[in-house]
Amino acid sequence: MDTLILSRIQFGANISFHILFPTITIAMGWALLTFRLRYVASGDERWMAAYRFWVKVFALSFALGVVSGITMSFQFGTNWPGYMQTVGNIAGPLLAYEVLTAFFLEAAFLGIMLFGFNRVPGWMHILATVLVAIGTTLSAFWILVLNSWMQTPQGFEMIDGVAHATDWFEIVFNPSMPYRMAHMLLASGLTCAFLIAGISAYRILIGDQDREPRMTFRWSVWVAAALIPIQIFAGDQHGLNTLEHQPQKIAAMEANWETGPNVPLLLFAWPDEAERRNDFEIAVPHGASLILTHSLSGVVPGLNDYYAEDGTALHPPVAALFWSFRVMVAVGLAMLALAWFGAFMIWRKGGTTLLNPWLLRGFVAMSFSGWVATLAGWYTTEIGRQPWLVQDVLTTEAAVAHHSTGMVASSLALYLAVYAVLLIAYVAMLFILARRAAQGSLPEEPERSGAATVAVAGE
Amino acid sequence: MEMFGDPAIWLPFAFAGLMGLSILIYVVLDGFDLGVGVLTPLADGKEKDMMIASIGPFWDANETWLVLAVGLLLVAFPAAHGSILTALYLPCVLLLVALILRGVAFEFRAKSTGAAHKRWNLVFFIGSLGASLAQGFMLGLYIMGLKVTLATVGFAFVAALALSASYAFIGACWLILKMEGELQWRAVAWARRGLFAMIGGFAIISVVTPLVSERIFDKWFSFPEIILLSPLPIAAAAVGLILFRLLERSPMEGDRLSWAPFALASVLFILAFAGLAYSFYPYVVPDQLTIYEAASAPESLLIILIGALFVLPVILGYTIVAYTVFRGKATKLTYY
Repeated sequence: MDTLILSRIQFGANISFHILFPTITIAMGWALLTFRLRYVASGDERWMAAYRFWVKVFALSFALGVVSGITMSFQFGTNWPGYMQTVGNIAGPLLAYEVLTAFFLEAAFLGIMLFGFNRVPGWMHILATVLVAIGTTLSAFWILVLNSWMQTPQGFEMIDGVAHATDWFEIVFNPSMPYRMAHMLLASGLTCAFLIAGISAYRILIGDQDREPRMTFRWSVWVAAALIPIQIFAGDQHGLNTLEHQPQKIAAMEANWETGPNVPLLLFAWPDEAERRNDFEIAVPHGASLILTHSLSGVVPGLNDYYAEDGTALHPPVAALFWSFRVMVAVGLAMLALAWFGAFMIWRKGGTTLLNPWLLRGFVAMSFSGWVATLAGWYTTEIGRQPWLVQDVLTTEAAVAHHSTGMVASSLALYLAVYAVLLIAYVAMLFILARRAAQGSLPEEPERSGAATVAVAGE
Repeated sequence: MEMFGDPAIWLPFAFAGLMGLSILIYVVLDGFDLGVGVLTPLADGKEKDMMIASIGPFWDANETWLVLAVGLLLVAFPAAHGSILTALYLPCVLLLVALILRGVAFEFRAKSTGAAHKRWNLVFFIGSLGASLAQGFMLGLYIMGLKVTLATVGFAFVAALALSASYAFIGACWLILKMEGELQWRAVAWARRGLFAMIGGFAIISVVTPLVSERIFDKWFSFPEIILLSPLPIAAAAVGLILFRLLERSPMEGDRLSWAPFALASVLFILAFAGLAYSFYPYVVPDQLTIYEAASAPESLLIILIGALFVLPVILGYTIVAYTVFRGKATKLTYY
């Protein structure tokens, strides 16, 4: 394997690991604010108990997000120097604004949010929670602006092979930004809702019947049920936007080779890029045309149109896109089914009787479904931009640093080992926290109810 | 004022200043919390918990200054960012892995008990030491002009030890401020030893730096620079002496002057940093690329600068708020 492939795998691994945690924290900041405010409004200690439990999960996710995020900012320089050298004039300010407006905000107020409840007045603790939530969301905003610009760049001119900004409004409000933003924020909301529902369901199942898990379970199932149709609509709109600006990505997602009308929707296929055709197709007639153009006879772009003069393909790898897109959609539909069924059950029983254990088990099994869908969606959009790093401006190949293969391979192995250990530790820790909370006494004796204490843990 | 007329001159200068300031703040702030981590094996279980509790609310914001510094290098001097970080590839990877392990250890150790708690304590120490060593190694190689030979790597290892010792020293000074009783006494003992290690390390660096670069030698040892610069080493020596005397008498009755070792240690860091900054200006990649050659387009820099001028005072403001909320002696931290 060459340095380019290894560097791509390394960056892919880094970003895959990193994105898991912001995906949780962006929405969880707002969930925590909701719990905190409901505690103020109702005086019900269980909402505060929910805050205390989930703020620990937030802190853990946040720490993992921060440390893997620092890795990302170094990676640009260590592995992709061509990126900043070519588009640094545009990426630079956007990244700088992320650090300046978002990163410091969340990092500084997290301390007060986590440890300040007894040290500051209530309004200040709420304010810290608000600011952390705003910080994580702002952070997502700047990163998605940059990512969207890489997909649909505008507002710049090239001078001697270096991009120079001409219109910052056009750069920030590039054509795919609103769609990508909406899709990602909703993805975060769903990931967080399913995580809260799953862990709450787990706590109920192991006997934590009477306390806050029932409230957080109901709350998060309602949120999930409400968000998922909006997400499907946003995803559809995002797809139409991609069709307009990156038709080759859509062609690869659909594994459609020839441009034309009446294109079927492939439910299953084995794309063969060497032969430029699909094997084992199972298709719904006119399906792709209908979904993408909202007309049975609409014209869908085909991959065969995307070739350089010398015959090299200018479209992304087909099988990877075809499958990651289908995984995202399948998981999304499963989330829709479970969330609506769960909401129906809660509505019918009015929350007064015990919930069906099989429903609860379903939510436990789906605790991390948001991660799967988000990663699959992220692969669809990022691999879909290949062979470009910045669409039509800079190829991935031109940006890579020419390290020795051995050096990149060893750093990759090190990262993968660390990420694997941390991922296992993270998931295990969530369930350990849940078990400890369920076994613990009532919240009035916080130390035994698993309230993690920095100083006296281990007693 | 010719300099302030041409944005291609003053903007890179302003950004070099901002970046230098971020690095300096980072080295002092994350320096002390990394140093506390380096010192943890010297303490028993309960004391470890107290020590880590004293940095719990701060480390995250402290580390953000590193992100800002690297971010400014990335956005303001993209050409330099590429060549520095590719040259420092392996220590960068080690630094990142160490920071990852250490950052998550804060959370995991707090939530685990028994053997797992001990394991995360060890991870916390290894991460803290690894990050300190990697940063020192990077500093050493940077001083050596980013060239890799047996001698430069040897020097980089010395710098790694020197910086780790310096972090341990300022960490001990932080503990003098934040601890009471037995642990405060022990922090004083650690600080006494750390002071010698730091002075020794920085003496080696100060001697070697001008010897490797003729340009740096000329910047320091020609007339009248040598006179104008003399306050720097003299001040450093004076602060070192005051610290030595102060630590001999610490901790004082009624916790008097317990803030002074940390303040003076910060001054030592600032002086050492000023010396290095003077040596390397105007280069951002030593003897290869100046800040003016490496800078981004002026219009991009201006956009960032406007944002930075509004935001930096706010950041400083709420950093002070955070430190005020958690002022005084460290107490056990709970999540509410």
